[in-house]
Amino acid sequence: MTGERLAVPVLRMAGITKHFPGVLANDHVDLELYEGEVLALLGENGAGKSTLMNVLCGLYRPDEGTITVRGERVDIQSPRDAYELGIGMVHQNFMLVETMTVAENVVLGLEGLSFQPEFRRVKRRLQELGSRYGLQVDPDAYIWQLSVGEQQRVEILKLLYRDVDILILDEPTAVLTPQEVDDLVEVLRRVVKEGKAAIFITHKLREVMMFSDRVTVLRGGRNVATRSTSETSPEELARLMVGREVLFQLERTTCELGPTVLEIEGLKALNNKGLPALRGVSLTVRAGEIVGIAGVAGNGQRELAECITGLRDAVGGDVRVKGTCITNCSPLRAIREGVSHVPEDRVEMGLVGDMTVAENLALKAYRTSELSRGPVLFPDGMNRFAQQLIDGFDIATPGPHTQVKFLSGGNLQKAILARELMACEGLLVAVHPTRGLDVGATESVRELLLEQRDQGTAVLLISEDLDELLEISDRIAVMFEGEIVGVVPAEDADRDRIGLMMAGQRLDEEGAAP
Amino acid sequence: MRIVFEKRKHVSRAVRVMVPVLSLVFALVFGAVLLLMSGVDPFVAYAAMMDGAFGDIHSVSETMVKAIPLMLTGLGVAIAFRMVFWNIGAEGQLAMGGLVATGVSLYASDLLPSWSVLPAAIVLGMVAGAVWAAIPALLRAYLQVNETITTLMMNYIAILLVSHMYHGPWRDPGGYGFPGTAKFPEMAWLPRIYGRAHAGLFFAVIAAAILWFVLQRTKWGFELRITGQNPKAARYIGINIPRLIVTAMLLSGALCGLAGVCEVTGVMRRLQQGLTVGYGYTAIIVAWMSQLNPWGVLLVAFLLAGLLVGGDQIQMAMGLPAAMGLVLQGALLFPMLGGSLFAEYRLRIVRPEPQTAGSPPQPIAKESES
Repeated sequence: MTGERLAVPVLRMAGITKHFPGVLANDHVDLELYEGEVLALLGENGAGKSTLMNVLCGLYRPDEGTITVRGERVDIQSPRDAYELGIGMVHQNFMLVETMTVAENVVLGLEGLSFQPEFRRVKRRLQELGSRYGLQVDPDAYIWQLSVGEQQRVEILKLLYRDVDILILDEPTAVLTPQEVDDLVEVLRRVVKEGKAAIFITHKLREVMMFSDRVTVLRGGRNVATRSTSETSPEELARLMVGREVLFQLERTTCELGPTVLEIEGLKALNNKGLPALRGVSLTVRAGEIVGIAGVAGNGQRELAECITGLRDAVGGDVRVKGTCITNCSPLRAIREGVSHVPEDRVEMGLVGDMTVAENLALKAYRTSELSRGPVLFPDGMNRFAQQLIDGFDIATPGPHTQVKFLSGGNLQKAILARELMACEGLLVAVHPTRGLDVGATESVRELLLEQRDQGTAVLLISEDLDELLEISDRIAVMFEGEIVGVVPAEDADRDRIGLMMAGQRLDEEGAAP
Repeated sequence: MRIVFEKRKHVSRAVRVMVPVLSLVFALVFGAVLLLMSGVDPFVAYAAMMDGAFGDIHSVSETMVKAIPLMLTGLGVAIAFRMVFWNIGAEGQLAMGGLVATGVSLYASDLLPSWSVLPAAIVLGMVAGAVWAAIPALLRAYLQVNETITTLMMNYIAILLVSHMYHGPWRDPGGYGFPGTAKFPEMAWLPRIYGRAHAGLFFAVIAAAILWFVLQRTKWGFELRITGQNPKAARYIGINIPRLIVTAMLLSGALCGLAGVCEVTGVMRRLQQGLTVGYGYTAIIVAWMSQLNPWGVLLVAFLLAGLLVGGDQIQMAMGLPAAMGLVLQGALLFPMLGGSLFAEYRLRIVRPEPQTAGSPPQPIAKESES
């Protein structure tokens, strides 16, 4: 297939090896990129995708290997060198200054900028680029006023403004609606049609099939395969990526519904900027069901989870758990009423990085008589408890006394889940529980959630991953701009319709909420 | 070639030990240069310093006199810092402790049974320090007022109040006009161990032991460590952070207050100039250098006190200008503090890699999977 290409690759990375203390992140990795193509770089977390791309854009120096750009050997020492070679990257967390305008962000860091940049010219050029590639953004808008999708456009514009012709995108779709994803595909198509080339990092198979011309798969820091997208299938890619067959469709089961555990009525709350984030949300979750909340990030999901768990005060409406009103209660009260919470910010909120695994597992149970007597902690009890959870939830750690920050992402999440499930008495609020996890860890997290449901817990699952919601929830509620625009049973949910609802289209009469 | 300053991935035990040792060596060399520049043989000077600080039991006891308040305030500050509460107010809390202990010793000794005067002075002095610390703590916990400013400002109030008391209302009528109160009655004297070194040392050791236990083995200490390391997580698991701030500061202030009590009842046995000589500020250095570890505080406080006493000693013994002692103390402290940075970070020299790595690029195999 692609072996006999006539063109010289615009970029060739050969034998790239990069060690980190104790980790071989890239082991003689090869990669080729041709003009006019979109290459997907597929792999699980820790497969070495980001390392490889950071080598390419000058953030890391490789220990071994060569990089050739347009037939010439190059030595990329910094992101600036990379820009000069026409290589630029859109990072997963955008590198934008929120309080500056689009135009200001674009010229920020540009070399040879005059003391007073001529913003008129910058804006004209931005508009020109915008219409050429379908990337319309108001150059005078402030970054904080833009949606995440628009911010991503600004990042891409930044690269195009610098005449970058090898674009690298790190998990570009993680924060987009299905419609925005379509727009992004369109933009990339137009960009590569002009002779540029793009690499995008992902661990989602759907995106590979949708976006790319070719796909290079990494596993454990090594090349596994490179395929033409048209000649492969999601099943084959999954096998290549994880090295084993993946359980794609968990068997859909249901569980007998118990009494209503969570009742939310007309809940209103403000976001951190003091603007309305929840505009009258009503929702119920019964024992033995998983209710999924679908929606693009920033439509009130975070605030909803925080109101239920006592981390944010509501300005109107009610939250009841097992019949007890817990509106505006303290987090401790919510915990005592049986609410468990797998938080969105795993590392920032869910764990204390410098503390040991055992201490982190005890973050909630330390108040129980098993782990403390009166004011005094009971170290033996803590160790026993930790060991029990490490074994029971299969957490890979050198031991209970390892600092938790040394665990991998999947094991961090398992530790949080272990702690929260142990403490759970009635309601579990799980926010993006599988975000950023590899396929294996994702699977076990989903199974844990299902198990918990089968034991009669009410689960509120907030996720951006529609596949996940369709797979494990019993009902799906779609949130848009602080409202629930519709609730549908998951079994006959249609992903396109949910996609439209995520973009704000209301559920019409035919499928009214149950 | 470039020099990169990067965070160490893992701080080994060897590094933890070697960094302070090398910092000390560097500090001594740096100080030696300064001494040479003022025409003094550094070996003689250092020997005099060592001798002055640790040379015989008398000098050790003098070092201990300075170490005790540093230990107590250092422990107090370390508790607050554990929770990332910047208590710059140890000096003021110490002053209030000393002030109230003085009041009890001078004016309650007739009202109380004599055995209870000293305990009353100690307890009420600690309460005074705690109350003084509670004011900024409450402001921070419930009104989000920046504690760095408030604790610092509270120092000025306390220091000036103390000064006013021994210059004015409490001045010893029989003191020939010198500023200072009358000597305390003997029942209010804190027993001495040797020379002027007093029983405050036991308080410091007991306090360190209690603190260690509280931090490692109690729910309250667990909550304190969680809150200090990740306040977001603390809120998430339901810790009442405002209450924790206030209780931690009460403890912090009480320890600083105790330092003041010991100064007036153990060392001076009256209230006069010399109560607030900056122990509360040096305590910040002590707390940091000991990495907020209670036992570390005791050790660092003792060594630092040795540096203070030794520095004073060479002024006298070698006829150096008074400023030289201070210069030398600073010159020794600076590399010690700077050095602790290298325990967490390291410098790495990056050379451009040789351009000979590997053969010319080979056609890339499309499959490496079987």
